[in-house]
Amino acid sequence: MSANLINLLMEATLQTLYMVAISTLIGTLIGAPLGIFLAVSRRGELMAAPAANAVLGLIVNATRSTPFIILVVAIIPFTRFVTGTSIGTNAAIVPLTVATIPFVARLIENAVREVDSGLIEAARAMGATPIQIVRKVLVPEALPGITLGITLTIVSLIGYSAMVGAVGGKGLGDLGIRYGYQRFMPEVMAAVVLILIVLVQLVQTAGEMLARRFDKKAPKNRGR
Amino acid sequence: MQAQNMSDQAAISFRGVGKSFAQKGKDRPVTALEGIDLDVPRAAISGIIGRSGAGKSTLLRMVNGLERPTAGQVIVNGHDVGAAGTAELREIRRSVGMIFQHFNLLATRTTFGNIALPLEIAGVPAAEIRPRVNELIELVGLEAQANRYPAELSGGQKQRVGIARALATRPKVLLSDEATSALDPETTRQVLDLLKRINGELGLTILLITHEMGVVRDIGSHVAVIEAGRIVEQGETYAVFSAPSHPTTRSFLKGVTGVVMPRFLAERMVPDYAPGLQTVLQVTFTGSHATDPMLARLGTAMGLEVNILAGAVEEIGERPFGSLIVSLDAEPERLATARAFLHDHGLRTEVLGHVR
Repeated sequence: MSANLINLLMEATLQTLYMVAISTLIGTLIGAPLGIFLAVSRRGELMAAPAANAVLGLIVNATRSTPFIILVVAIIPFTRFVTGTSIGTNAAIVPLTVATIPFVARLIENAVREVDSGLIEAARAMGATPIQIVRKVLVPEALPGITLGITLTIVSLIGYSAMVGAVGGKGLGDLGIRYGYQRFMPEVMAAVVLILIVLVQLVQTAGEMLARRFDKKAPKNRGR
Repeated sequence: MQAQNMSDQAAISFRGVGKSFAQKGKDRPVTALEGIDLDVPRAAISGIIGRSGAGKSTLLRMVNGLERPTAGQVIVNGHDVGAAGTAELREIRRSVGMIFQHFNLLATRTTFGNIALPLEIAGVPAAEIRPRVNELIELVGLEAQANRYPAELSGGQKQRVGIARALATRPKVLLSDEATSALDPETTRQVLDLLKRINGELGLTILLITHEMGVVRDIGSHVAVIEAGRIVEQGETYAVFSAPSHPTTRSFLKGVTGVVMPRFLAERMVPDYAPGLQTVLQVTFTGSHATDPMLARLGTAMGLEVNILAGAVEEIGERPFGSLIVSLDAEPERLATARAFLHDHGLRTEVLGHVR
């Protein structure tokens, strides 16, 4: 493999990492509060708002059920409005982020709903406000689940990012299609797949390690 | 718990409290509690006992507003909990601690962190939290476990954390929701001793719900028995336990106080007297009489032979309570005289049957 190709692979890897990092960051910043709200606004819950919950739930489901490649094209006007262009790596971040928000929201909603309702009752009995319960009880107790949810989100985003070549998003997927497939260079395709596998493995392992660190439920052997 | 003029001494008063809620598939609302009148005396330990589903948990949760009554009033330290607004309710809750059957500790916080939580919620400055938490850790004897997570603690230790946490904001009332039901007998004993000790040391009013009569017998000075959403019997534990009037109370007490009728006797017993039969009598001793040799005196006074078949003397609320099953060879007239003699000396008798 020529030095030129190696440079291309490096560049594409960085582009993928960039797209995944920014969309994970922004997607989680918006998706996490949304997920928490979805969990606590259900009927009979801490901040019951069944109507708002139903509307948001519907929007989340609609976004999640749209195939990603359709979403990329469908929101081009919005992408252009945000970034000024509909082509390029920055433009690709918009649909990636839009797809991340409902994804991460549902995962975080599930993690928060897993928290034992007895803890919420105990906190209410202490005179905690709903906001205090979210901050001091729900989020810390759901942190292992939230971490695994974000890990899953990143892994999925690495996959999605391979599709944004369709709008000039570049990155590893795009490189694989253009060189590996269209120029008949199987060694590039193989390299792209290999790098993706390594990336996913690294993310998964790191995420699980972090989640284990946050999880205090299983007694650990601390030499005591 | 019964007198109407006790309100000023009562830490918690239920006044005609009822709770009903709509249920799907039913035309009429389901009634969980009805017509509850109860005064919980200040600085004492009171127990509410009932089977699961009797409504005792709902009743307890009304004290800190986790449940609101649909009828009547719940007065806690002068506040009407059912009518309290959000801010007032939060204040009330900080003056009412609560412990739970399954402890409800945060898995992600250590002993220290769990006890600190109510203080953080109340907005206590961090500099004041540390000494207060250390004080509480000492109170419940968990110095060695201060930095451990709940998963590393035993059930009894977890409940001690729960108790320390409940006491953090210096409440006047402690609610206990089946706090020992998930613990083994030995650990239950230790937790009950701790509750009794803090009741004495801090002058804390403790209201506990349980389905275990033994818990109330050991530490409760007052008791209310709840059945199908109504209080069927209430009063001082000693009075209720030594002379239970309601069938539910009696069935709860079976095996907890008094003696169990020996099987050989129960099988041979007939309900009606006939000449030649012995009368089987349950004699209950209360208070100071529990240790008097009254049966021996009965023998001397009336020339009757008293045959003791089974018996037990135990403590309820630190007062002796005894119960004996005896048989007497006496025709109805002499029996009536003998019973009158025992009654005059403060003992209670009940004819259980007759046996040859």
